[in-house]
Amino acid sequence: MKITFPHMGTTFIPIKMILDELNIEVILPPKSNKRALELGVKCSPEAICVPFKIITGNILEGIEKGADTVFMLTGCGPCRFGIFHALQREIIHDMGHDVEFLTADRFSNYEGLREFSQRLKEASPQNSYIKIIRTIKKGLKVLDEVDTLYELTNKLRPRELNKGEVDYIWAQFENDIRTSYGYKEVMHVIKKYHLQLKEIEVDYKKPCLKVAIVGEIYTILENYINLNIERKLGNMGIEAIRTTSASEFVREQLDFIPFMRSQKKKIYKAASKYLDIPIGGHAINSIGNIMRAVKNDYDGVIHLLPFTCMPEIVVQSILPTIEKEQNIPIMTLVLDEMTGEGGYITRLEAFVDLIQKRREMKNEGKSFSWY
Amino acid sequence: MKEKVFLGIDVGSVSTNIVLVNENKEIIEKLYLRTMGNPIKVLKEGLNNIREQYADDIQIMGVGTTGSGRTLASFMVGGDVVKNEITSHAVASSTYVPDVKTILEIGGQDSKIIILRNHVVCDFAMNTVCAAGTGSFLDRQAARLGVPIEAFGDLALKSQTPVRIAGRCAVFAESDMIHKQQLGYSQEDIINGLCEALVRNYLNNVGKGKEILSPVVFQGGVAANKGIKKAFERALGCEVYVPEHYNVMGALGAAILAQREAQRKHQTNFLGFDIADIDFQVKGFECQHCPNACEVVGIYKDDLLAARWGDKCGRWTNINLESPVA
Repeated sequence: MKITFPHMGTTFIPIKMILDELNIEVILPPKSNKRALELGVKCSPEAICVPFKIITGNILEGIEKGADTVFMLTGCGPCRFGIFHALQREIIHDMGHDVEFLTADRFSNYEGLREFSQRLKEASPQNSYIKIIRTIKKGLKVLDEVDTLYELTNKLRPRELNKGEVDYIWAQFENDIRTSYGYKEVMHVIKKYHLQLKEIEVDYKKPCLKVAIVGEIYTILENYINLNIERKLGNMGIEAIRTTSASEFVREQLDFIPFMRSQKKKIYKAASKYLDIPIGGHAINSIGNIMRAVKNDYDGVIHLLPFTCMPEIVVQSILPTIEKEQNIPIMTLVLDEMTGEGGYITRLEAFVDLIQKRREMKNEGKSFSWY
Repeated sequence: MKEKVFLGIDVGSVSTNIVLVNENKEIIEKLYLRTMGNPIKVLKEGLNNIREQYADDIQIMGVGTTGSGRTLASFMVGGDVVKNEITSHAVASSTYVPDVKTILEIGGQDSKIIILRNHVVCDFAMNTVCAAGTGSFLDRQAARLGVPIEAFGDLALKSQTPVRIAGRCAVFAESDMIHKQQLGYSQEDIINGLCEALVRNYLNNVGKGKEILSPVVFQGGVAANKGIKKAFERALGCEVYVPEHYNVMGALGAAILAQREAQRKHQTNFLGFDIADIDFQVKGFECQHCPNACEVVGIYKDDLLAARWGDKCGRWTNINLESPVA
C-alpha cells in the first residue's frame, strides 16, 4: 500500500512521521503549489471553497507519484469539509484513477479515536494497537513541536537584524523535514532548527505592532493559499500572531480526554457577546479570538476566509459591529484561486499604514476615537 | 535659483499620472496619460515631456510612486517613497479637503472607499472578488454604445425614465443592457441606468457596513462622470464633492509623501531625467527550483540587471546571482 494525503500547512510532518513509524509507505505530494491548484480547480465544483480544490490537487499529485491509497479525515459537522472525502472519491474515480480511500472521523470522541487506530491497523496489520496508540501520541508531540517552532519564526521575523534570515532557515527546515524518516529523525531536525533560530541576531527591544490572524483554519494554516501573509507582515515589521494552529485544533477535538487542555471554553466565552451558538466551521473561534485580541491590546485583526465559506461569511457580517464597539481595525481578505497577489499586497500595506498611524496617535496621548 | 519641486507618479492600470508640486503643495504640472498596457514607455514619455518643459527651472527634491505599478516605477526613476494607492489617496484628499470624512475612489480596475475620522484613515475597503462597476467597465460600454466616454456623464443627466440594469457582474450588466436596448429604451436612459447600477453595486459591495458621513469626496478617473456623481448624491442623500485634480489624486498623494520623506532625510534617490533615454526591459521566468514555481521578474537597464523580485524564498532577489534569463 502506498498512501498519500493532502497538505494543510505543516501537518504533513506528524502524519508522515506516524505512517513512517508504522512502516506504511508514504507518498508525500509536493507542497501546495500552482500546479496542484490548477489540477484541483479543473475537476472541482465551481462554487466550492478553495481548500477543497487545492486538497484535490494535492491528492492528484500524490496519485501521479504512484500512490494507491488516499488518507482523508471526514466527520459530520464542521463545514463542507465533512463531505470532502466522498466528493473527492467520486471525482477521482470518475477520472479513472483506481485508488482506495482510507477515511477516519474527526477524533471528537473515544469512538473516533478508536476508528482512527482501526484504520491504521488495517493499513499495517503487523503493528499492535499499543504501538499504534503510542505512535499517535508521538505524532501529537511532533505536531506541538512544529507549531512552537513556527510560532517562533513569527516572533523573530519582524525583529531580526539581518533581513531574510528567518525565511532562509525556515526554507531549509522544510527541505530537511520532508526527507527525514521516523520520530527520532524528525525530532532531531526540529531541535536543530530550533537552535539555529535561537541564534539569529534579533532586537528584542524593538516595539512591534501586533496583528491577530483569525478566520477559517485552512486559509490560516496553508501559506500557499494565504499568500504568506505572516511572512509579508513580518517583513514589514509587524508581528503576525495566528490565533489558531493545527495542534490547537486537534486539542479542541480531543479535550474530552481528561488531561487534554484546549482554549475552547475561553474562546467560546469571549465570543458569547456576539455569537453564542456554534454555527459550524471556526465561526465562534474567529469571533472569540478577535475579542481576545481586543483584550490583549492588539493593533489590528486580519480575517481570512476562502470565497464561499459559509460560517465565515456570517462572521464577516458581525465584524462591522465589533469594529465599531470594540474600536479595533479589522480587515477581511477573501481568498480563492482568482486572488491576485498585487491587490492583496496593496490592501495589506494600507492596513499596516492604518494601524501604524493609530499607534502613533495613541502613543502621542491624543485621544483616538472613531467618531 | 531653481524651484524646489516634488515628483509624484501613479502608475495605474488605465492611466499613468505624473505631477509636479512645489513646496506649498501647489500643482505646477500634471500629466494624465493612458497607460495602454505599456507603463515603461508611457512613464518615459511623461518624464521626457517634463524634462523638455521644466528641466532648467526646477530641482527635484523627492520622488514618490504609487499605483499598481509602483514598484516598477520606483526602480525606474529612483523613488524615495513607494506607497499603496489607498494611503496615497487618503493623504492627497485630506490635504486638499482637510475635514473629509469619506472618500469614494473609483479607478480603472478597482474601487475603494476610505473612511477618515479626525484626519486619520480609520477604515477602508477595496473591491475584492469582482471589478464590475469600475472605469474599465464604463469604458467598454461607452465603446459599445459608440459614445465617447467624456460624453457619458452628460448624456446620463438627460435621462427622463429610470431604467434598472443588473449591476452585479460586468458581463451580466452588459447582457441586461442589451436586453433593455431591445425593449426600446433611449440611450440616455440606459446610460443613466448603468450609472445607477454602478453606484448600487459599489455601495452594496465595497461600501457595505461602512458609515458614510459627509463631507464626501469622490475621486479617481470615474469622478469625471457627472452621471455617477449625481447617482451617488441621490443614493447617499448628501452632496458629493469632486476635487479639482480628482484624476491625479494618487500621484498628488505620492508627491506629498515624497516631500515628507525629503524633509526627514534631506536627499533624494531620483536618478535624473536622463532615465527617459535609457532602455528598460523586463524579463520574467518561472523558477523551477521548488514547487512554489515563483514568477521571478527582472528589470534590465540598458541590458544590465537592475533589480529582481517576485521570488518567495529570496533566492533571486540577490541580483549578484546569475540570472537564467539574461
